[in-house]
Amino acid sequence: MTPNSPERSWPLWEVFTQGRDGEPHQHAGSVHATDAEHALQNARDVYARRNEAVNLWVVPSAAITASTPEDMGPFFDPANDKAYRHPQFYKVPKGVKVF
Amino acid sequence: MSTTPSVAEDPARYAQFEARIAADQSIEPKDWMPERYRSQLVRMMSQHAHSEVVGMLPEGNWITRAPSLRRKMILLAKVQDEAGHGLYIYCGTETLGVDRQELVQQLLDGKAKYSSIFNYPTLTWADIGAIGWLVDGAAIVNQTMLAKASYGPYARAMVRICKEENFHKRQGYEIMTTLARGTAAQKAMAQDALNRWWWPSLMMFGPHDSASSNSDELMKWGIKRKSNDELRQRFINLTIAQVKAIDLTVPDPDLRYDDATGNWIAGPIDWDEFWRVVKGNGPCNSERIGARRSAHAEGRWVRDAAVAFAEKQRSNNRETAERQQ
Ligand SMILES: [Fe+2]
Ligand SMILES: [Fe+2]
Repeated sequence: MTPNSPERSWPLWEVFTQGRDGEPHQHAGSVHATDAEHALQNARDVYARRNEAVNLWVVPSAAITASTPEDMGPFFDPANDKAYRHPQFYKVPKGVKVF
Repeated sequence: MSTTPSVAEDPARYAQFEARIAADQSIEPKDWMPERYRSQLVRMMSQHAHSEVVGMLPEGNWITRAPSLRRKMILLAKVQDEAGHGLYIYCGTETLGVDRQELVQQLLDGKAKYSSIFNYPTLTWADIGAIGWLVDGAAIVNQTMLAKASYGPYARAMVRICKEENFHKRQGYEIMTTLARGTAAQKAMAQDALNRWWWPSLMMFGPHDSASSNSDELMKWGIKRKSNDELRQRFINLTIAQVKAIDLTVPDPDLRYDDATGNWIAGPIDWDEFWRVVKGNGPCNSERIGARRSAHAEGRWVRDAAVAFAEKQRSNNRETAERQQ
């Protein structure tokens, strides 16, 4: 490692922040870092400067598998024709006001 | 600006894309997008990220000379926020398949553009007030619009940034207010800073709509929702009341209030100056890039050490694992 050798990018990590105790973690963005611990420190500095998080997750970006946008229709299709999964599908006798 | 090459890419997908833009849907990284949309985003977002990074320099110049510990802590926090803004937006550009390192290198090589406002010097403490108030104030007007940009990662970065910018503007205005209500010399210092920063702040919104080559395309694709002139007008209208409240004046003898529209109409902007600075001949262009270069070079050992440390940790962990087997 001489000062003139080219620098490689540090691996990319996705950052998830839990805003408050009891809340789910939400994707906040990404950071570059040499390892997981370093990623946590960078994530704290970049995404939690104003108490935005009580807990952080960092995940190597390469480890995430996502559904593709083309899947949007067919992949989620099984949910489309099952109205009976929702309460509005069911009729309640007229006299019953509060159910 | 022609978009014909994009149509040639795939007419059906292009039509679908335009329909999604028209329906105000958010475009996400893996969605199909015209090559031109992607390249315009990379251009605009990387310039924006570079501006956040270079923007730290004029203010960094005053951290050691802030007049009190309170002001020093505030300025440090603000400058740190700007580093964060740069990172949010670089991270957004990476979702478009660009490596951050590449963009950083372009900046260091002097090939990248950034907001010209940061090529002006910060001569007095009042300049720190004027920057927070006017430069961050103008950035808020621009970024509030960009928070509705059609590209999801860019819009989300803007939402995050906008939440932080109000503090930047407030602390700047507080500095100006304190000076404007101070001794005659302090008030003169505030007025002098306003005189020097007013016109460059108006130029931050870019050329007039009639002379802005990228605007039409950016608006057609919902990356920008308002034109340069609309945003500039909004900024002027918001700011004049604030100028009056602290009993200062803007350096524009032609400024007038238009009853019909309710707008404050500014005099002519010196676009020759604007282009001079954009093309690299502003007061501090080479100083800014020089400062970035030396900071990057001097930080090299820290980055190398981080890599070496992580490598050592990994090999230690491997050894421990082997011993336990
Ligand atoms: Fe910023
Ligand atoms: Fe700011």
